[in-house]
Amino acid sequence: MADIVFNSVQRSFKQGGKEFLAVGGIDLTVKDQEFVAIVGPSGCGKTTCLRMVAGLEMPSKGRILVGGKEVKGPGPDRAVVFQQFALFPWKTVQQNIEFGLNSMGLPGHEKQEKVSRLISLMGLEGYEEAYPHQLSGGMQQRVAIARAYVLEPEVLLMDEPFGALDAQTRVVMQEELVRLARKNPKTVLFITHAVEEAVYLADRVVVMSRRPGLIREVIDIKPIREQEGWDTHSRIEDVMDLSSFVQLRSQIWKLLREQNLGVDH
Amino acid sequence: MAHQERLNQGEYLLWTGLGITSFVGFWYLFVLLGVVPKQFLPPPHEVALKFIHLLNEPFSGYTLLAHIASSFQRFLYGFLLAVVIGVPLGLLMALSKYANQLITPFFESIRFVAPIAWVPFAALWFGTGIGGPVLVIFMGAFPPVLINTYRGAIHVDKKYLEAARMLGAGKFRLMTEVLFPAAIPSIIAGLRISAGLGWQSLVGAELIVASSGVGYMMVKGQASIQTDIVMSGMIAIGLIGLLIDVLLRQAEKFAVHYKEI
Repeated sequence: MADIVFNSVQRSFKQGGKEFLAVGGIDLTVKDQEFVAIVGPSGCGKTTCLRMVAGLEMPSKGRILVGGKEVKGPGPDRAVVFQQFALFPWKTVQQNIEFGLNSMGLPGHEKQEKVSRLISLMGLEGYEEAYPHQLSGGMQQRVAIARAYVLEPEVLLMDEPFGALDAQTRVVMQEELVRLARKNPKTVLFITHAVEEAVYLADRVVVMSRRPGLIREVIDIKPIREQEGWDTHSRIEDVMDLSSFVQLRSQIWKLLREQNLGVDH
Repeated sequence: MAHQERLNQGEYLLWTGLGITSFVGFWYLFVLLGVVPKQFLPPPHEVALKFIHLLNEPFSGYTLLAHIASSFQRFLYGFLLAVVIGVPLGLLMALSKYANQLITPFFESIRFVAPIAWVPFAALWFGTGIGGPVLVIFMGAFPPVLINTYRGAIHVDKKYLEAARMLGAGKFRLMTEVLFPAAIPSIIAGLRISAGLGWQSLVGAELIVASSGVGYMMVKGQASIQTDIVMSGMIAIGLIGLLIDVLLRQAEKFAVHYKEI
């Protein structure tokens, strides 16, 4: 069981002597093996939310629980895929993927097996000895995903993981992530500002409002996805043409637009 | 010199040659004009002949090569000691603000003491054999190693540290597998400065506390007013310094085989 619970979470920062509230009081539960995407305008504190679950930042008020235990710092039950990939440029693909395993004291052959499995799963065969700078953006992000998945974490935290990719690569990676997530279900918290991406990937979409970051609305996608049989289409553009998809997308767009125009204030 | 274009090979040879030729030319001019008595400023060819002569004939107990070997050995000990202590300490300072504050005040005051100022203590504590000179070299070579390691490591992109922490790395792995490789370009830049300062300090040390080495040979030459020997020593120092720098630049190419992404 690895659910994520935000319990009245606030986060404030000091800037130029003044304190401002970045995250203004979040209550949210991401159920075990649920895929939740958070969308919101830039500066709404969505990345801060993810970093607090990771244990890289601490809430100023409130608590975050993962699997019932309060988050006090980074831990092996949670893995992060960063927008800027953060692959170690001085390590090869193989060395990057096995970095996390080296802290776990596994026997050599077991480690090798796990790494090889992820390398073939992410289509990285033949690139084991390459350095990150020799790979395209899409390949780099595959390595970053493999590096997180190889630890078999219960919780996967993804911070705009496809934000730095070009449009075509992005679509391919989204389709692959769906395949991977349906095959190896994990509790996923996914941050993005791309509405289509959120609707296509997530079981639920959380829409956040601008400063201080608050939950504006939570939209259930999974029941509609299953009812309308989205998963029978393997290609993202086919799903995006369905009227059920279009409707959800415009619903979320409208919510975001209200944020940006300040209609709600 | 990023704002300058590279010379082509012809230009490179032309201007290098021109520089050396005019240096030697001015040298001859000074000798011929008698600005300085010939005894105190021998002409270039005499120095060159002396240099070759010293390679075979011992002076003050050793040939020039043996003096160089003796100096180089001391240099290597002092330099390696500076690297072995300076690099881990610099990484530790970048990792821990407490370690940083513990070391900084002490270090900041001590690094303004010229290496040569350690000579009296070096001689009293470690003698004139190998210990004394090694201490002086260490004092010259240590600060640049420490400063450059620290600066290189403190500027490592935070994303690498966060990624490593999320992947379960403890402090030791953060130091050895993230800070150290990320700081290598800066560390090697520090090593080049530190090798230069260490090598310079060495000769200073040998002028005072040694019974062999290039610096020692030069003092003996001066004592018997053999300026051609002093100048041969200077040339040897310059050439070895150049060689050390070339080796370190090669090491940099070898160590940094990746690109930032």
